[in-house]
Amino acid sequence: MGLTAIAFYLFAFTAIASGLLVVLARNPVHSVLWLILTFFSAAGLFVLMGAEYVAMLLAIVYVGAVAVLFLFVVMMLDVDFSELRSGLSKYLPLGLLIGAVLLMELGLLLGHWTFAEDAQALRAAVTPDMAETHNTVALGKLIYTDYIYMFQASGMILLVAMIGAIVLTLRHRKDVKRQVIADQILRDPKDAMELKDVKSGQGL
Amino acid sequence: MMIGTDLNTVLPELILAIYAMAALMFAVYFGKDKRANTVFWVTAIVMVVLAVITAIAPAGARTAFNGAFIDDGFARYAKVLMLLASASIILLSKEYLQKNDLLKFEYPILIALATLGMMMMVSAGDLMSLYMGLELQSLALYVVAAFRRDSLRSTEAGLKYFVLGALSSGILLYGASLIYGFSGTTVFTDIASTITGDGLGLGMIFGLVFLCAGLAFKVSAVPFHMWTPDVYEGSPTPVTAFFATAPKVAAACLFARVLHDAFPEAQADWTQIIALLSVLSMFLGAIAAIGQTNIKRLMAYSSIAHMGFALMGLAAGTESGVQALLIYMAIYVVMNIGTFAFILNMERDGHAITDITSLGQYSRVEPARAAALAILMFSLAGIPPLVGFFGKFYVLKAAIDADMAWLAIAGVLASVIGAFYYLRIIYYMYFGDEVDPLTGKMPALHYIALMGAAAVMLFGVINMFGIEGYAAIAAEALLK
Repeated sequence: MGLTAIAFYLFAFTAIASGLLVVLARNPVHSVLWLILTFFSAAGLFVLMGAEYVAMLLAIVYVGAVAVLFLFVVMMLDVDFSELRSGLSKYLPLGLLIGAVLLMELGLLLGHWTFAEDAQALRAAVTPDMAETHNTVALGKLIYTDYIYMFQASGMILLVAMIGAIVLTLRHRKDVKRQVIADQILRDPKDAMELKDVKSGQGL
Repeated sequence: MMIGTDLNTVLPELILAIYAMAALMFAVYFGKDKRANTVFWVTAIVMVVLAVITAIAPAGARTAFNGAFIDDGFARYAKVLMLLASASIILLSKEYLQKNDLLKFEYPILIALATLGMMMMVSAGDLMSLYMGLELQSLALYVVAAFRRDSLRSTEAGLKYFVLGALSSGILLYGASLIYGFSGTTVFTDIASTITGDGLGLGMIFGLVFLCAGLAFKVSAVPFHMWTPDVYEGSPTPVTAFFATAPKVAAACLFARVLHDAFPEAQADWTQIIALLSVLSMFLGAIAAIGQTNIKRLMAYSSIAHMGFALMGLAAGTESGVQALLIYMAIYVVMNIGTFAFILNMERDGHAITDITSLGQYSRVEPARAAALAILMFSLAGIPPLVGFFGKFYVLKAAIDADMAWLAIAGVLASVIGAFYYLRIIYYMYFGDEVDPLTGKMPALHYIALMGAAAVMLFGVINMFGIEGYAAIAAEALLK
């Protein structure tokens, strides 16, 4: 067993274990911390596959930004998580049963798994030659040239998400004073100020 | 330039996307909800114009973006239908939203973006573009389901739809990953050719089953229908009307597209799945609706049953089956637009009423409206000689031609059972106990939609407005 294999099993095991703990942890803040560990392990797996750029993205974007944001949201939300979980024992047997059946079916699948003969060739066809380019360039070419349609479509999906968040939550409160920039700019010194000559030694 | 021809192929989608963003900017910078009226009208007009552009586009199939996008007769038929349905729903929504203080400029824009997603769905030629279109459509639908954000029911409907929709997307993606794992490609035509070359591996069958489960959720076929009644009931009525029309067309057409384009060799496998979904949906839709008195829940079960019928056309697996599916969806959309134009105005002293017993002796109060609704109900039940009957006739014929007589017999039985609750509405209107009459005044547009739909059901019998020919061209394009 080479070093790569050891590293793979280490990362893979950590990813699965911490993924499980995300769901099982009692404290939601702990869940988020386990999630961060899952992200790190996944980043490690990407490095092993030679996809350093994706690994760095995972560490910087997911751990650095998304998970921290999650942490804030979880801390701010006033949700009684123990109450949410109270139904768990009721649904657990059914959930476990469905999970077990699904796992069995997938085990069956794994036992009989075959690839189509030209699958590897088809898979390689879209990948740029890795000897010539490094993977940032390769990703850029795939995302912005070959898959530009999907890339733009995901942009539209994010736009819908943004509109949705605003439509469902933004409330215009009438009793709040707002900044009106036009009013500020159009304000005239004549209306705003009054000049007084104050004689020395006297008040107004 | 390669990208130039690609962009030309996706022109209708491109126009709709740019329009949605431009309208958003316009409304945000110039008066917000005070501009809602303008945005409603312009969006509807843009959609109608796009429908015309799509309809008169030159025949033949074009692909763009390495096969991720297919523009053929099948896609164009579905797009024209969806654009016109969305435009009608936008116009029908306006009065209701205004009355309920929900008139926001985001509503037509979200509908436009959902329609964009649907257009991408029916044009998908790749598992990735399929998923992108599906998510764009679903996400916009989740938001409009919760549009009445101060109502517990509406937000619950939105949340329920979102959680279950996310689950179904997960199942669909898992199926897609298995298919990719086996075949090494996400392009439909390449998937089809690997199946031809290497046969159908176990992985492929698993992927196909998961994919069908995810799509069955979107067409609300039994046993993936649980969300439908609750979401239909909880959403604001115009949103329910929208759910019952364009998204159903998109999901059904996407189903046909995936199965016929990517899995033509596996037809023996997927017809079993679709036939089962079809039978279960028809019977559950017919039987579960019997106990319902809420008209929105009733329409939810009705849509489940109707999707069962539409899937029967797909289960046949033939060109005439796809043609029957397309005809069925067109008729179904028209019937629903008419029916919902009526439901939108069911109110008493300004309160929306959804109880069907409140229609007692309605024929005395508003004979014309009652007659139009009666025609639509007869048509939904599939009673000859109305157009609704011909929709059912085509799918039944397709099933029999494909040696699936048992499926056709099941369909006839289910439609006899289902006729009960449609006829009950007519019974209440004409022979029911007298109750406080409904007082809703009908805006001109709603009146036109209701009467127009009823007239289509009545006079369409003559030549079906030539829809058979268009559907035949579309079906031929899909099965080429």
